[in-house]
Amino acid sequence: MAWSKPVGRAGLLLLGALALVAVFGPMALPDPAAQGDLLAESLRPPGEGHLFGTDQLSRDVFSRVASGLRLSLTLGVLAAMLAVTLGTLIGLVAGTWGGAIDAVLMRLVDALLAIPRLFVLLLALAVWDRIPLPALVLLLGLTGWYGTSRLVRGEARRLHREEFVRAAEALGSGRWRIAFRHLLPNVAGPVLVAATLGIGDVMLLEAGLSFLGLGVRPPTPSLGGMIQESRSVFATAPWTSIFPGVAIVLAVLAVNLVGDALREALDPRSA
Amino acid sequence: MTPLLEVRDLRVGFPTGRGAIHPVDGVSFTLDRGRTLAVVGESGSGKSLTALALLRLVPSPGVIEPGSMVRLGDQVLTELDERAMRAVRGGRIGMVFQDPMTSLNPVFTAGDQIAEAVRAHRKVTAREARDRALALLEEVGMPAPERRLDEYPHQLSGGMRQRVMIAIALAAEPELLIADEPTTALDVTVQAQILELLDALRAKRGMAVLLITHDLGVVAGRADDVAVMYAGQIVESAPTAQLFAAPAHPYTQGLFASIPTLHGERGRLTPIPGVVPPPDQWPSGCRFAPRCAFRFEKSSEPPPLLPAGPGQLARCWLHAEQPA
Repeated sequence: MAWSKPVGRAGLLLLGALALVAVFGPMALPDPAAQGDLLAESLRPPGEGHLFGTDQLSRDVFSRVASGLRLSLTLGVLAAMLAVTLGTLIGLVAGTWGGAIDAVLMRLVDALLAIPRLFVLLLALAVWDRIPLPALVLLLGLTGWYGTSRLVRGEARRLHREEFVRAAEALGSGRWRIAFRHLLPNVAGPVLVAATLGIGDVMLLEAGLSFLGLGVRPPTPSLGGMIQESRSVFATAPWTSIFPGVAIVLAVLAVNLVGDALREALDPRSA
Repeated sequence: MTPLLEVRDLRVGFPTGRGAIHPVDGVSFTLDRGRTLAVVGESGSGKSLTALALLRLVPSPGVIEPGSMVRLGDQVLTELDERAMRAVRGGRIGMVFQDPMTSLNPVFTAGDQIAEAVRAHRKVTAREARDRALALLEEVGMPAPERRLDEYPHQLSGGMRQRVMIAIALAAEPELLIADEPTTALDVTVQAQILELLDALRAKRGMAVLLITHDLGVVAGRADDVAVMYAGQIVESAPTAQLFAAPAHPYTQGLFASIPTLHGERGRLTPIPGVVPPPDQWPSGCRFAPRCAFRFEKSSEPPPLLPAGPGQLARCWLHAEQPA
């Protein structure tokens, strides 16, 4: 679907390349935590032996970027999946049932949207030092479903007025069956787009949190954390922050390009 | 033999700011197995809502008023719980909708949708459901049924979609088929084919068919009996031949006068003046009186259904004067 548009093709190729680095990089490259000779090997510029150079602790920047990318993509995909699943479920229930259930769920979403996501995350991470990865996924997922639920709810309300839903009712379908057999496949397109764009959001959030020293803690390599750690040597050894920075930008760009291409491919009005 | 379907004093109410309105207001009729009853009326007469009320699918906030009774065979539908009612929908009663463009789910193939209807009411494997879907497509006269099985609604013509819709409605071998304006959205040439198909299926399966239409031309030759609805009530019911030979209610006469004919005198068509009033503005007496050329003093009282001919009833005071 996304492949048919040049933008989508570029996004998919870029994403594929980054995924390859993220999956296989850490296997082929030196241990991202391995420290070499601190005097001889520290802050070596990009070149032979170290493609992206080394950082203050003489660790290989390329393998740290690969590991950070792996973490970032894993977190992004898992948290976005959780968020979109939750949002779809809640939106579908609200949109199919309507009435009081719809009103209660959507007012809940209104209330949650009034609390800034970053604020919730900062609070949770300040309280929970050294948060394990699954908990971070949970935290990012549980704070990211509101938009999807509104989107799905709106689509479900619109579709619920269609005659094929009347026909399904007239043939004996109950509400759950209508929601999951008849409406869900019809909202799959927008949901897929929301999921893809959600991955980019989570990756940026994670990088931001790690940069602030929250989220993933050293020595686990994370792209945001790497930029933070190398702030002091930026003037003399810019490669220590440029490569992780570029990795974040490229990864989020790739995901967003794919998301936009999906949106265009799935939107009948732009076809 | 007791009739398959018995509807008695069916009333559907919608609450409004100024009290409840009743777009279906005291409808009674019966329908035997293997027969076709046509319900004829203009937009707003309550005919489609009557059909939905039989399935207890009145759109919210409408309610079927207590005192209404719908019986299908040995089940009193108005007393069933929701779960039992779901088994009736699609199981004992199949329904075909007006617009096959919108009544099929756009994201599933024709075969999937028929198979889904089969599996909703029968415990069968996916393979058996698909075979059954193919058999149903053959039964409804679909050209090249094997190929159509895997096509999506947008790949099918209007007539083909309506055949798929009929196959879905027939999936669970219903005893009663409700067809709500099944040909209104179709080309004229296809209309006749679909009506013939419905009639052939009725004869073959011994189903009862409730045919809802605004078009008296659809009724001729296909329905055994006709009920004419106006403003939420049946104003005339008669065997089809009797109704066509001698329409008794001024409204029915007006309907016939407004149909263009290919033969007979080439005069001007005579439309019925005015429109069906909305349910909150129905007159307290005869509801057709404001549009009726024959209204007289008695029209200010609500008329009952009065005998007007062999098997014929008309809700008009004009027939009270004739010796029965």
